[in-house]
Amino acid sequence: MNNLMHYKWRKTKNIIMASLCFISAIVAIVPLFIILFYTISQGISSINWAFFTQMPKPAGETGGGMANALAGTGILILIASCFGLPIGIFSGLYLSENEGSIYAKSIKFLVEVLNGVPSIVIGVFAYVVFVIPMKHFSAIAGGFALGILMMPLITGTTLEMISLIPHSYREAALGLGIPRWKTTLFVIFPAALKGILTGILLSIARVAGETAPLLFTALGNRFWSTQLDQPIASLTVFIYDYSKAPFDDWNRQAWAAALVLIVLIMIINIIFRFVTREKYA
Amino acid sequence: MHNVELLNITETADSNISNKKAENKKEKIKVDKLNAFFGNVKALNNISLSFSENTVTAIIGPSGCGKSTLLRCINRMHEEVSGTYEGIISLDDENIKDNDPVWLRRKIGMIFQKPNPFPTMSIMDNVTAGLRLNGIRNRSKLKEIAEQSLRQAFLWDEVKDILKQPGIALSGGQQQRLCIARTLAVSPEVILMDEPASALDPLSTNKIEELIFELKKSYTVIIVTHNMQQAARVSDYTAFMYLGELVEYNKTANIFTNPSNKRTEEYVTGRFG
Repeated sequence: MNNLMHYKWRKTKNIIMASLCFISAIVAIVPLFIILFYTISQGISSINWAFFTQMPKPAGETGGGMANALAGTGILILIASCFGLPIGIFSGLYLSENEGSIYAKSIKFLVEVLNGVPSIVIGVFAYVVFVIPMKHFSAIAGGFALGILMMPLITGTTLEMISLIPHSYREAALGLGIPRWKTTLFVIFPAALKGILTGILLSIARVAGETAPLLFTALGNRFWSTQLDQPIASLTVFIYDYSKAPFDDWNRQAWAAALVLIVLIMIINIIFRFVTREKYA
Repeated sequence: MHNVELLNITETADSNISNKKAENKKEKIKVDKLNAFFGNVKALNNISLSFSENTVTAIIGPSGCGKSTLLRCINRMHEEVSGTYEGIISLDDENIKDNDPVWLRRKIGMIFQKPNPFPTMSIMDNVTAGLRLNGIRNRSKLKEIAEQSLRQAFLWDEVKDILKQPGIALSGGQQQRLCIARTLAVSPEVILMDEPASALDPLSTNKIEELIFELKKSYTVIIVTHNMQQAARVSDYTAFMYLGELVEYNKTANIFTNPSNKRTEEYVTGRFG
């Protein structure tokens, strides 16, 4: 009798906990759907071919597009990659090669700290390093800020992916009389490359959505510009400016730009899924 | 077919031994008063022995006795896991510490317990990896060496039409022979094998053992094994190790039929270990 009671109570507890977990899971994804739904319903009407190919119209006029912001975001990501990728990958390689040493351990810790630094602080840093000496805002400064945001992400994934490669491959290569640096570069690194690539994609998705560090570095630009030493437009700053503006058409365009950004990041995430899927098949 | 092959190889190998025995075999590797450590932990205690040219020496002993450590000291792989050693190991009477480990490892190849072909490379690229990554670019030469090494490892007929396929697509036994071919391609003088067949099925094990018979014609082979029948089958000399010490080292026949140490006898008859 006692046993039966105990059994029922145990089953009840199980059901309560399982439902709590299920409800939490639902609650966690609800905001995503609300955001998606709202962005689509507000923005879809402004999305047309002109939106991608035309320049912003002067204040007050309707229509126009965000071609410059789209190109600007691309250029900013390119600058960020030029500088964040090599440093991130090489420092990841360094850390994986010297995993035990106190020096590598402290660098790893500092990289983790850098990863936690708010992006706006990194924007201020880029402002001090680039904007003040140059005396004006520039694409370079914006790319630099995004690059610093990328760096710890890339270092982290490189280190993680390389440590997933079994030690036996390293030993096999060293056992053939292959020098250590060639072992790392031509045997270990290619084996980890797929994982590192997905890390790169994710970090690009992350920095593509950053606004704060761009506000006082790249600033934004209402005109077409691909000059690296001049202010440059970007999707996120476009959204920021247009959503504050007192024109209904601009507000709608801000929603449209937000939709484009979300879809862009989703595409990157889907590519990431696709790339990693094979690996565990 | 398979058995006939095995018999033939055994015969040639046997006649090979008897031929060589007439000569005085050169001592290829000498280990003198070797003490090996992992940090402060002593793994090998005062080991002295030598390995002769064109012979197979088996190192046997229970798990943790230090046989793998001994093997990994010989090609300085022990250092890769932050191990250290005292004493002298020499190859052709030259202290191995006098040379760069990269050079040493081209002369002393190693086969590992688990087949470990490079995952991103084709069969062809796996075999030639040691050469390519050491600067040999000549394609026809690479191809020639690849074929020769794959033939030596009894793998050529099975892979000659699929050289472009990934090395890890092969079966476990084929992978291990691929690893052997890869080692042979850099033309070493000594081959260290760390339980090369323990992850393989009996048929593949057979093939590896046939291969070891063949290899000793041109190389000095040192094999660590848990399998006593295997030691008895393939080796000319056997070293029995226990708790980091060399207990007994003699001709394989003596170790298995007439061991002088009681522990050796207990181990080879399966009473402990």
